[in-house]
Amino acid sequence: MGHMKILVVDDEADVQPLFLQRFRKEIRSHEIELDFALSGEEALDYLETRHSEVVLILSDINMPGMSGIELLSRIRNEYDAPPPTVFMITAYGDEENHRQAMEKGANDFLTKPLDFNLLKEKLKFFTEHNGQDTSS
Amino acid sequence: MQIFVYLAAFLLLRRLIKTIKFTPLYEKWGKILNISSVLVWIIWLGAESVFGDVTNILLSGIFLLALVEYIRRTPDFKPIRPFLEAHYPLISIAVISGLAELTFKKFYEDYDYYFQCAILLGFAWIFARWASSKKQQDELQRVSLRNAELDRLVEERTAELTKQKDELQEAVKLLQTTQQQLIQSEKLASLGELTAGIAHEIQNPLNFVNNFSEVSMELIDEMGEELANGNNKEVIAIATDIKQNLEKIRHHGKRADGIVKGMLQHSRASSSTMEPTDINNLADEYLRLAYHGLRAKDKSFNADLVTHFEEGLAAVNMVPQDIGRVLLNLFNNAFYAVQKKQKLGIEGYKPIVEVSTARKKDELEIKVKDNGTGIPDEIKDKILQPFFTTKPTGEGTGLGLSLSYDIVVKAHGGKIEINSTEGEYTEFVISIPAKI
Repeated sequence: MGHMKILVVDDEADVQPLFLQRFRKEIRSHEIELDFALSGEEALDYLETRHSEVVLILSDINMPGMSGIELLSRIRNEYDAPPPTVFMITAYGDEENHRQAMEKGANDFLTKPLDFNLLKEKLKFFTEHNGQDTSS
Repeated sequence: MQIFVYLAAFLLLRRLIKTIKFTPLYEKWGKILNISSVLVWIIWLGAESVFGDVTNILLSGIFLLALVEYIRRTPDFKPIRPFLEAHYPLISIAVISGLAELTFKKFYEDYDYYFQCAILLGFAWIFARWASSKKQQDELQRVSLRNAELDRLVEERTAELTKQKDELQEAVKLLQTTQQQLIQSEKLASLGELTAGIAHEIQNPLNFVNNFSEVSMELIDEMGEELANGNNKEVIAIATDIKQNLEKIRHHGKRADGIVKGMLQHSRASSSTMEPTDINNLADEYLRLAYHGLRAKDKSFNADLVTHFEEGLAAVNMVPQDIGRVLLNLFNNAFYAVQKKQKLGIEGYKPIVEVSTARKKDELEIKVKDNGTGIPDEIKDKILQPFFTTKPTGEGTGLGLSLSYDIVVKAHGGKIEINSTEGEYTEFVISIPAKI
């Protein structure tokens, strides 16, 4: 794995230490760098200045204010060179959001509770086939 | 002329017999009176043959007086007493005529005609009085008959009214039971609305509990490796992380615990213990529950939740689950209003639901504001009435706000103020007395 910057968007602040610890080894070996946003709005602000640094965006759907779906469609409208990779996260069994997210162009889908081993596999697959859809 | 006096005595006895004829007294007196009435004529015949015309009239007067007095003093003959008075003029005339005849014989003979006329008048007087008293009696009887009829009617009406009163009491009891059931079902309905929100709210902390404990196990493995390498600095760093994680686990466990407790409190039939309550916590909890409850039904719905909680607010005495229900109801209404406005597809519309808390002198003020459809002026004074709802049939019971009113105003001695402009916003201001 090469260096990869991931922006994690979730309104729950405790997601941050969780990710930092789960990717402890990867962070230490500089394979992965994590940044966080607590809302869709914050994520857009972040992308405005640093979208070129970010390789992958991992966003929750269910957030107060701007929802993950809305964030996804804004990203797809505003950034297309190159289009960032976006993984969506939501509660289990939420078919409606899954369908909407796919329609709006999400690259992949993860359900809560997050399976970090699965996420790592997907990330590995993503770096190996850079830019291509990981879902099939 | 004395025959009229005896006739009066005879008729008085006959009348007495007639009066008591159908009463138990007849048994006692019937025979005596019948014999007496015959005796009158025997006395008359005797007096006629023994004494001359002179003393006879005086005697007849004394006889009639004795008879009248006897009847007057006999308790059994009380009913006839009023008629006795009518006999006194005849008695007087008879006695005066007798005395006049004895003492002033010449004078009496000169005016014989007048004395006879007086006796006749005295006799006639008796009958005149009898006739009029009979009329009076008939009248009395008619009145008493009418009274009896009225009594019967009153009794009938009273029975009717008593029956109606009983029926009404029964109906009131039924209504009270129904009201209790409605309150209970309103609670259950709002609990149903909550379920999705609760599931979401519990799911999140549970995920954290699971994730943090998993990552901690990994960290402990790592810690073992670092220990074997003798990398103490790294070991200490990992231990710090593990401690932090355990704190997070505890925090999220408590969060789930609080939600479950809140749910139990909400569904409990009735517990009305006032206890010092942190309103900021309560409002925050129910705001999230209401929001996620609605989102569970309408996934596309999204709103900005804005909280202005006054920091360091002292706990205020209230029944937390009741005030929680009031807040839940206001939040549900607020979300409903912004959702409805959002569906109108107004350009640039962003649903916002705000809740703020503040201490105002000796009151706690809670404001719930939304930028939704607002309340039309014509229904503003109706919205607190029971069963009033603008929601489609089956969606609202119309009890939410009226129950909220009961809880805030009647149970907590507070106030509910409603500010709204149709199409722009609605703001509910709840004030609860808060003693320092």
